[in-house]
Amino acid sequence: MGGDPRRENNPNNNRKVTMDKKTMRSILLRLSTYILRYKWLFLLALCMMFASNIIALAGPKISGNAIDALTELTGNEMVAKVGGYCTLLAILYVTSSLLSYALSATMIYLSQKIVYTMRKQVFDHLTTLPVNYFDTHATGDIISRISYDIDTVNTTLSHDLLQIGASLVTIIGSLIMMLSISPLLILVFAITVPLSIFFTKQKTKRIRPLFRVRSSKLGELNGYAEEMLSGQKTIKAYNRETAICDRFDSFNDNAVEAYYQAEYHGALIGPSVMFINNLSIALVTTLGGILYMLTLTRGNALPPIYRIGLGDVSAFTQYSRKFSGPINEFANIMNDLQSCMAAAERVFRLLDEPSEPADVRGAQTLENIRGKVELKHVKFGYTPEKTIIQDLDLTAKPGSLTAIVGPTGAGKTTIINLLMRFYDPQAGVIAIDGMPIGELTRNSLRLAYTMVLQETWLFHGTIYENITYGKENATMEEVIAAAKAAHIHSYIEHLPDGYNTVLSDDGVNISKGQKQLITIARAMLSDASMLILDEATSNVDSRTEIRIQEAMYSLMKGRTCFVIAHRLSTIQNADTILVIKDGNVIEQGNHEQLIASGGFYSTLYHSQFH
Amino acid sequence: MKCIIRYLRPFYSIMALGLSIKVLATLVELALPYILRHILDNVVPQASVEKIIFWGILMIVCAALAMIGSVTANRMASKVARNSARAIRHDLFSKTMHLTAHQTDRFTVPSLEARLTSDTYHVHNFIERIQRLGVRAPILLTGGLILTATLDWKLTLVMVAVMPFLAISVYLISKQGVPLYTKVQQSADSMVRVVREDAQGIRVIKALSKTEYEQRRFEKYNRGLSATERRAGIIMAASNPTMNLFLNLGLTAVIFVGALLISRDSGTKPGVIIAFMQYFTLLSNALLGITRLFVMYTKSAASANRIAEVLETEDDLPILPEKDYPFRREEGYLVFDHVHFSYNGTKDNLTDIHFSLPKGKTLGIIGATGSGKTTVIQLLMRFYDVGSGAIRIGGRDVRTIPAGELHSHFGIAMQNDFIYADTIRENIRFGRELSDEQIKRAAAMAQASDFIEAFPDGYEHMLSSKGTNVSGGQKQRLLISRALAGNPDILILDDSSSALDYKTDANLRAAIAEGMKNTTTIVVAQRISSIKHADLILVLDDGAIIGIGDHEHLMQHCDVYREISDSQMGGAFVE
Repeated sequence: MGGDPRRENNPNNNRKVTMDKKTMRSILLRLSTYILRYKWLFLLALCMMFASNIIALAGPKISGNAIDALTELTGNEMVAKVGGYCTLLAILYVTSSLLSYALSATMIYLSQKIVYTMRKQVFDHLTTLPVNYFDTHATGDIISRISYDIDTVNTTLSHDLLQIGASLVTIIGSLIMMLSISPLLILVFAITVPLSIFFTKQKTKRIRPLFRVRSSKLGELNGYAEEMLSGQKTIKAYNRETAICDRFDSFNDNAVEAYYQAEYHGALIGPSVMFINNLSIALVTTLGGILYMLTLTRGNALPPIYRIGLGDVSAFTQYSRKFSGPINEFANIMNDLQSCMAAAERVFRLLDEPSEPADVRGAQTLENIRGKVELKHVKFGYTPEKTIIQDLDLTAKPGSLTAIVGPTGAGKTTIINLLMRFYDPQAGVIAIDGMPIGELTRNSLRLAYTMVLQETWLFHGTIYENITYGKENATMEEVIAAAKAAHIHSYIEHLPDGYNTVLSDDGVNISKGQKQLITIARAMLSDASMLILDEATSNVDSRTEIRIQEAMYSLMKGRTCFVIAHRLSTIQNADTILVIKDGNVIEQGNHEQLIASGGFYSTLYHSQFH
Repeated sequence: MKCIIRYLRPFYSIMALGLSIKVLATLVELALPYILRHILDNVVPQASVEKIIFWGILMIVCAALAMIGSVTANRMASKVARNSARAIRHDLFSKTMHLTAHQTDRFTVPSLEARLTSDTYHVHNFIERIQRLGVRAPILLTGGLILTATLDWKLTLVMVAVMPFLAISVYLISKQGVPLYTKVQQSADSMVRVVREDAQGIRVIKALSKTEYEQRRFEKYNRGLSATERRAGIIMAASNPTMNLFLNLGLTAVIFVGALLISRDSGTKPGVIIAFMQYFTLLSNALLGITRLFVMYTKSAASANRIAEVLETEDDLPILPEKDYPFRREEGYLVFDHVHFSYNGTKDNLTDIHFSLPKGKTLGIIGATGSGKTTVIQLLMRFYDVGSGAIRIGGRDVRTIPAGELHSHFGIAMQNDFIYADTIRENIRFGRELSDEQIKRAAAMAQASDFIEAFPDGYEHMLSSKGTNVSGGQKQRLLISRALAGNPDILILDDSSSALDYKTDANLRAAIAEGMKNTTTIVVAQRISSIKHADLILVLDDGAIIGIGDHEHLMQHCDVYREISDSQMGGAFVE
């Protein structure tokens, strides 16, 4: 019952782990701080673990005594004695089971507390990270840290940690018990234990890379399948099914072959470990048999160290099984521990990412905004080596319209990133109503803008929740007014659940245009005096686009607007046009000025009437 | 599962051999406690060290044989698993690729992907494990019981009496716990969903200063996940202590009953009890194995069923006999004859689409999103079948033409079409037998030559999956090159030039008109300028034709067309 089923699919389990001792120690230390928060609970768990294992260890010894009683006594006396031992055994086993269950439950409780805390920390930290982090890290990677990696840590905390403790207790305990039974028989383990350790170590060293290959080949297969499935219609349209299948076959062959190779070599481990166990038993039996025989034949003439009873042989074989179990598991546990370390490291690395720098001391709150935006000698690049904006000067008067134009991928969103302070410029100043934005609180700066991006962002929740996202205390009347202004009210009214319709991936099929209108309605609720707008609506049909356009115009009224513009009407009406190409602002001016200058803008403008 | 078993049939003989070896190996292993008992009860009293050593060596030999046997059998099992998994996955992928569009919609792409990868993986794993554990565990169990019965049947009965308790408790625990893991999975999905949403919407969240709100939102899911995980874990954690308890109590009972039997002198010997203890350990391992098998089976059976569901899907677009849909001599080359169609069978997505286009002419289709433009194309290519009416190409009903032959007529570039990780050349060639001249000619017509040749490695330039390393306009031109390269009989450009600027778009149109004179062309677009030169234009609204004719005709007679045209004066400026 391997616990959480998700664990098997965790791609990180077979990740290559290279970590020096120092990092390892610091990670361990940091992990232990989580446990220390619950130190009493953990201490309790430790006690239960000791108790339960030690009690379990007494089992074979008592059953050995019972067997000795069987051989040495007769009749009712024997039955009474054995019965006594058996009652004792039963009590022991019941206590031990209860303890071990209580222990598991405690550890699960404990580890869930820790995992909950970790997830909370990671998420809370994520929300404070600069936008740059999300621009440079794949969403899948972030998700894998908060789910897979934390799960891996969880398993180790709730399972492996105890197992290590229990193993140590069992190993030491059985060793002591075996010593007390017969120091001579222990010599058997001088042969089998090193054999077992050496063997598993060698094998895992050899096999682990094979398992890595196996998961990477499976990953390649997944990638190919995903890619081809997304192109299914095209593949059909060109009759390429067979060709694609042939290529898939080679991925398939690689994947199953890698699986086979790993299993082929892995197939050796289980039976070999079993063999070594059986070897121990055989040797113990033989040696024990001989000693028992000597004890029987020579009796007291035999030095005590050689003397052994039948019950002793029985107890000893049972202990030897208990003893070799954890030793064979050792390699596995070490492997798990290493994955846990690697996972914890990834989690901690995320937690150590610097947050957005705090607002400067004495940062002011932006209030009573008139909406004058100035950029003075702004220089910026996402990386220091590559400057995108060399020296941008721009003044947007209150209520003015600035249009940003340029081909897709030219870097139009860079300006927005700077205005909203998602990124800070390398040089120069951006000011609102004469106040440099660096001296304002981020919250008040950002709330001074209303933003409608092309990538509409709606979350899993009702339409109502999505519209009121920026203004939680909005009344239903306000929401309806905003929706009406965004031309989406009647559509929403026609949905079976109206404003309470839940937007989800698999729920109502809502088109891109409608999503855009909902985000516009969200923006309508805001009373910010500045607006950032992305006009691009290329996925929307013309009639919806007309509606969106109208909605956007009413949104723009009375605000200082920065628009990533696509419509000629917007551009021609703009007070300032910024023409961006290959990341640089190459031209700046109003429509007439730019046409007169005969640059890139005028070429574009004339080409469309070709 | 039935469907999976079919794939194992070719390997029955090798499986039988492997299983026999496994059975033998397990039996040999079972002999070990037997010998142990023999030594203690029968050999020791003979007081001969040689004999003890002889039997000891025999034990080691048995252990070695058991190991060799198991390894061999395991490897044979791996081979069977490999070969059958390969066949299953091959068939599944091939079937998936041949599913009709309707069926793909029904399964959904992510689900098909999961079936191809994790489900086949689970089945592969299962085929492998079942051959290993599936033999070992039952043999250990039955063999162990038989052997112990020959030692002392009364003590065996004591052992057997424990089994029902074990089985019932494990069953009850699993019944409670296993469904909880489905819940855990759901909670985890919700938690991940919030993280994904927030990672994607971070700008909006920051812009609206909703950080704390999001933290509260996450908190709820985080708490929920922890609670379900804890519940599932605590229930499942009961299984091991319970099993151990029953086994150990059974063992204690054996000792006690053994004592009773010995005291009545019924021939039971102490060595037997020791052997029993050994068997008990073996049996408990076997039982553990069987419960694992049980859990694995439920999981894999679900996977196997999901695979079978795809494999057993019948072709829902069979070729219909020509006598029911006879050839028609008609003027139009592409003919839609009063076509009605619905994706889900309730509301019509297309209503009475009726037009006829002569060979070599150009058809333009314009209309709102969801007005059915792409549906028209998909019906023409027979990705779906019409509800009523008929579609004919050159007089033949598309339903009477084999898919391969039908599709060979077309060259198509779709909206958000498919670019895969390979060179530009391969993306244009798309696995077809095309010469380099054909590829270059197509690229030139599609206005793609310039930017392709600007790459240092030209046509060998590697594209990333989904073409994320080229711009939207470049991607569209590559897709158009692909459509043109096969010199198709019918060329379809489904909203495939939206990212081109006006000049490039105009050059593209001129090049196609010049270079593909005999080709019948269909252009689906949002921009009037892309279709205004077409010989015939359809204006679609909500699945119906609300305007048909050429540009001049529509400007005069179709309000919607005129409205769109006016709004686009100047239109999308650059993109």
